[in-house]
Amino acid sequence: MPNPDAGGHWGEFGGRFVPEALIAALDELEAAHTAALADPAFMSELDALGREYGNLPSPLYLAERLSEEAGVEVWLKREDLNHTGAHKIRNVLGQALLTRRMGKTRIIAETGAGQHGVASATAAAYFGLECTVYMGEEDTRRQALNVARMRLLGAEVVPVTTGSRTLKDAMNEALREWVASVEHTHYLIGSVGGPHPFPMLVRDYCRGIGDEARAQFLERTGALPDVVAACVGGGSNAMGIFTAFLDDASVKLYGFEAGGDGYGTGRHAATITAGQIGVLHGARTFVLQDEDGQTIESHSISAGLDYPGVGPEHAHLAASGRAAYEPVDDAEAMAALEKLARTEGIICAIESAHGLAGALRLAKSLEPGARVLVNLSGRGDKDMGNVVEYFDFADRKGQQG
Amino acid sequence: MRAEAAFATTRAEGRAALVGYLPAGFPTLADSIKAVDIMIDHGADLIELGLPYSDPVMDGPAIQRAADQALAAGFRTRQVFEVTEAVAGRVPILVMTYWNLVERYGVDRFARDFKAAGGAGLITPDLIPDEAGEWIAASDEHDLDRVFLVAPSSTEERIASTVAACRGFVYAQSVMGVTGARAATSAAAPELVRRTRAHTDLPVGVGLGVRSGDQAAEIAAYGDAVIVGSAIVNCYLDSEDVPAGHQRLAALTADLAAGVRR
Ligand SMILES: Cc1ncc(COP(=O)(O)O)c(C=O)c1O
Repeated sequence: MPNPDAGGHWGEFGGRFVPEALIAALDELEAAHTAALADPAFMSELDALGREYGNLPSPLYLAERLSEEAGVEVWLKREDLNHTGAHKIRNVLGQALLTRRMGKTRIIAETGAGQHGVASATAAAYFGLECTVYMGEEDTRRQALNVARMRLLGAEVVPVTTGSRTLKDAMNEALREWVASVEHTHYLIGSVGGPHPFPMLVRDYCRGIGDEARAQFLERTGALPDVVAACVGGGSNAMGIFTAFLDDASVKLYGFEAGGDGYGTGRHAATITAGQIGVLHGARTFVLQDEDGQTIESHSISAGLDYPGVGPEHAHLAASGRAAYEPVDDAEAMAALEKLARTEGIICAIESAHGLAGALRLAKSLEPGARVLVNLSGRGDKDMGNVVEYFDFADRKGQQG
Repeated sequence: MRAEAAFATTRAEGRAALVGYLPAGFPTLADSIKAVDIMIDHGADLIELGLPYSDPVMDGPAIQRAADQALAAGFRTRQVFEVTEAVAGRVPILVMTYWNLVERYGVDRFARDFKAAGGAGLITPDLIPDEAGEWIAASDEHDLDRVFLVAPSSTEERIASTVAACRGFVYAQSVMGVTGARAATSAAAPELVRRTRAHTDLPVGVGLGVRSGDQAAEIAAYGDAVIVGSAIVNCYLDSEDVPAGHQRLAALTADLAAGVRR
């Protein structure tokens, strides 16, 4: 995949829409990242860390019973088996190592469900960095267990009480804090959004997902998959698996966004499907916004997908037609989560269930026996509260009906 | 009326200008017009109208709250033109806005409508000249000021290229932090102004969490304009009702105006 232009643009998307005060830090970060990628010592340390600490590479798994039901071959990239339970460990290990290389001693991060917060706190503990995590007050209540995890790992968790008190506001607060502390603090952003070089940098640390999967797929089947599918919140796991396949014209790429209560209800997080081009959190991309450009709150059962923006490289892949993006609503995702649990004995994250649900829907229009690679971006332990609530609710509704 | 007109006066008087900031639509639409009149009556030389935005990453708690309040009351972008039209004529009126609101309205259309309302130009805290091609063209076309920011972390090259793109004045964000924050030491501010002056003859405005006439006088010793925002917003946030806020604002502005004349 070609990198963005010197200003961080993919076509009309990306760039830097931030206060001048941050430009020097972004320049420093870009230079450090470029040098790190070219430094064999850095790359081999990162590789060893991934293997010995992160449990990488993750396995590629043919889900045979699920495949039988779906009528296509469903292959799962098992990011759920990584340390801390998701693809996010790749991003935080890369950025934390880079933080150390830049001589900074502290990281800050934003988090929605708390998964990126936990991963960041984990990396901070490993590297002995100070860590502050910004989390919407609303989310600290919904995800109390992850708050406890972060605190156990030694991080400070700051509840954010402004705006809608969710992920987007946590990101605002992290950006505000970063301006004031940028000299010694790295902003360890949680997805492929934000000002250049973040979208490129996070992609570079997540692309191992696709690099591994492509090699594993070739080794196991002698061919490439027909379809690669992933869920898209900010888009890090999806860019992580897409990147290796971008030049493989025969491989169709699908990103599945959170359709929330249903795309037609207006209560969703389907940013590419329903958003308009705008600027949010430092980049030009698709944004859920009203007529005036005020950000609209997103909705999803999945906290990790509940974000009104999306990484600019996805916006570009959508606009150029290289990848397709479709919404998957709460009900479809939860049905896929249950199906995977019952056919394969795997409880995945609700985020990942969106990718799987989209792939299963797509399967109906594919040739029988087509090969579909799904990024199973995380495991479902963190979601059991939601799962219990959701299925209880569904049962009661059923009884009433 | 462009910013230049105000600076011609203040330079002739051998003093710094006082710039008052208030979000349009705060504390209410009508009262934001009233508040601007109060500031002008009590000695403000330029006015910055903030455009309330849902995600103001450069702003501290006071301005965030004010913007939230305006939006909750239904503030719409186009109403900034109403406010501008109602207050324009006596001093230059600039709008300070996050970029998405302008982009969504249409950059050229925004410039045209703002000019027609009597506006002087825009201050764009999250737009750097590198990304501003469309705005530079529109502000040329409609003859508007464009104020970009420099910061203590800006390199010499970036200060040079930023001031080259400015018209009207240059905004020195002299604290690494959000609006309302006070610098631990004010050493960064004079240093930034000095570095900026090396690259331009444009006036340099300084925003630094100013709350009093004494602080305004301190900044007026080295800056061409003293920009006050959070303290003005706090007049209303800290008052029981809007009339009390107006009273506080009158007193604060008079104190600040005396400060820049010391
Ligand atoms: C398991 C899992 N998958 C996906 C996501 C969504 O993020 P992204 O779109 O950046 O991959 C999250 C975010 O919390 C997550 O925890």
